[in-house]
Amino acid sequence: MIRYALTRLALLVLGLFVASALIFTTLRILPGDIAQLIAGVNSTPEQLAGIRERLGLDRPIPVQYGDWIGGVLRGDLGSSQLTGTPVVSELLQKAEVTVPLGILAFVVALLVALPFGVLAAVRRHRPDGVAVSVGAQALAAVPVVWAGMMLVVVFAVTLGWLPAQGFPRAGWSDPAAAFRALVLPAVTIGVVEGAVLLRFVRSATLQAMGQDFVRTAAAKGLTRTQALLRHGLPSVGLSVITVLGVQVAGIMVGAVVIEQLFSLPGIGRMLVEDTGNRDLVKVQGELLVLTGLVLIIGFVVDLVHRVLDPRQREAE
Amino acid sequence: MRRLQWARRVWASGTGRFGVIVVVVIAATALVSLFWTPLDPQRVDIANRWAAPGAAHLLGTDGSGRDILSLLMAGSRTTVLVAVGAGVIATAIGLVLAALGALTPRPVREGVTVIVDILIAFPVLLIAMMISAVWGGSLLVVIVSVGIGFGVNIARVTRPELRRILRSDFVLAGRAAGLSPSQNLWRHLLPNVAPVFIVQLSWGMAVAVLAEAGLSYLGFGAPVTQPSWGLLLADLQRFISVHPLSVLWPGLAITLTVLGFNLLGDALRDATDPTLSRGSAPRGTEPPAAVTA
Repeated sequence: MIRYALTRLALLVLGLFVASALIFTTLRILPGDIAQLIAGVNSTPEQLAGIRERLGLDRPIPVQYGDWIGGVLRGDLGSSQLTGTPVVSELLQKAEVTVPLGILAFVVALLVALPFGVLAAVRRHRPDGVAVSVGAQALAAVPVVWAGMMLVVVFAVTLGWLPAQGFPRAGWSDPAAAFRALVLPAVTIGVVEGAVLLRFVRSATLQAMGQDFVRTAAAKGLTRTQALLRHGLPSVGLSVITVLGVQVAGIMVGAVVIEQLFSLPGIGRMLVEDTGNRDLVKVQGELLVLTGLVLIIGFVVDLVHRVLDPRQREAE
Repeated sequence: MRRLQWARRVWASGTGRFGVIVVVVIAATALVSLFWTPLDPQRVDIANRWAAPGAAHLLGTDGSGRDILSLLMAGSRTTVLVAVGAGVIATAIGLVLAALGALTPRPVREGVTVIVDILIAFPVLLIAMMISAVWGGSLLVVIVSVGIGFGVNIARVTRPELRRILRSDFVLAGRAAGLSPSQNLWRHLLPNVAPVFIVQLSWGMAVAVLAEAGLSYLGFGAPVTQPSWGLLLADLQRFISVHPLSVLWPGLAITLTVLGFNLLGDALRDATDPTLSRGSAPRGTEPPAAVTA
């Protein structure tokens, strides 16, 4: 186990290195003269020299990369080219919207996927099971932004239950209003991602139902559903854990689009704005944090899976 | 021919047939729209703005009186362009990476495999935004980023298949009979990984359609002068509280197209993989969710 954990950790570190090198190459080296890009066409040579010095562009590229990573390790992602605000403090502030949104969306996705996925597998020859499968297939094809618009039409415009856009200026000091602002966005992402996850749960359940130990339990007098619930579900859970990393990436991408739709002041919307403004230092930091998060969650998921799955431990 | 057999099996399954029909209809619509749409999709007609669906405008008009059906038909060109373009790039990247990961000496092979495993963690949308931050958004950026994202996915699924076939008897026999490695590649390896590959490609095109819509919606895809379903969604969203019905159409068009590619992929998978006849898919053969845009 320890050997596996160390190998996997090495892979994580390598992954973070490759990710950071790719982001650095794309945003710092490929644009050519980044100082010119920042200063614009009407800049004087003095302005350009100033920008080069401030960003350390006059030094060799490996040194620049080393500086950036050194800063990242000290918790410094640089400052916005436009406003001068430190990237880290802005990320932390926006995370107050995006992190709760992501967690809520994740909970919704699980609430959709687990019960309905098992149902779709167990009752796959009945009308309700077929209906769930067909519905999930269709929902998984819906663009998340359109799903959001439809929910806005129903729950905000027509019924008026929830706000169509925005986040309270007071933030979480007005918890009820903040929560209400996140319900529709979270349900949007959660339902679409949940439909994708549901299909994994369904096939994992079908596989579990074919396992010898579930069939044996059924033969010893449990009903097939009892046998599945008592003996099959652990293996379903394990299969689902392996795709959680992928789900997190999906929710993250969903948040980028959905924060835009609902005008939520989160990390996704900030990334969209900074990309539009070509605030390269900020984009660089934001992309590193987001991809790093995907890689780290993938690492944790793999370790948890290894610990929980006895079959994998025996394989060593 | 084995290929005809898959085609027949895909057509025989109801969902497969649905997928084929949807994909053909979208492609045909894109072609037809080059020559004919009910009205000029960009013609502004203020007198008829927000017309309800009816005989003159089957799906109604938008806020500047443009015919929504015509806009959707013209937008399908953008969708098909992105799907095909991304498919071509993904094929090239996927095959090269899979070949490097399967056919080269061991250290190279394992290096490539690790890199592919890492790259797969990059969501397509983030790749697209990274490129857009430098060069600005465009359809080319969308095509390239989906191509990269999906190429990596294809490589990951195709490589083990390539390794498996590499050890099979007919490839060994080919080698013994004096085929050069590249002859062996073209004659035996590629035809045999084709099924796995085509399945991935179909799912990849579904992702391309979603990515185009999402990125155009965010303003990093199609230029405002070009008809695109994602742009149309962004346009219509501004009036959603007054004219909610109009938002229905572009969303339905996207959903139907994505569903078509997904179902086609599923049917191709079932038709080409004999071990899946019980209807339960093993892990890893579900459509990749990481790249949902």
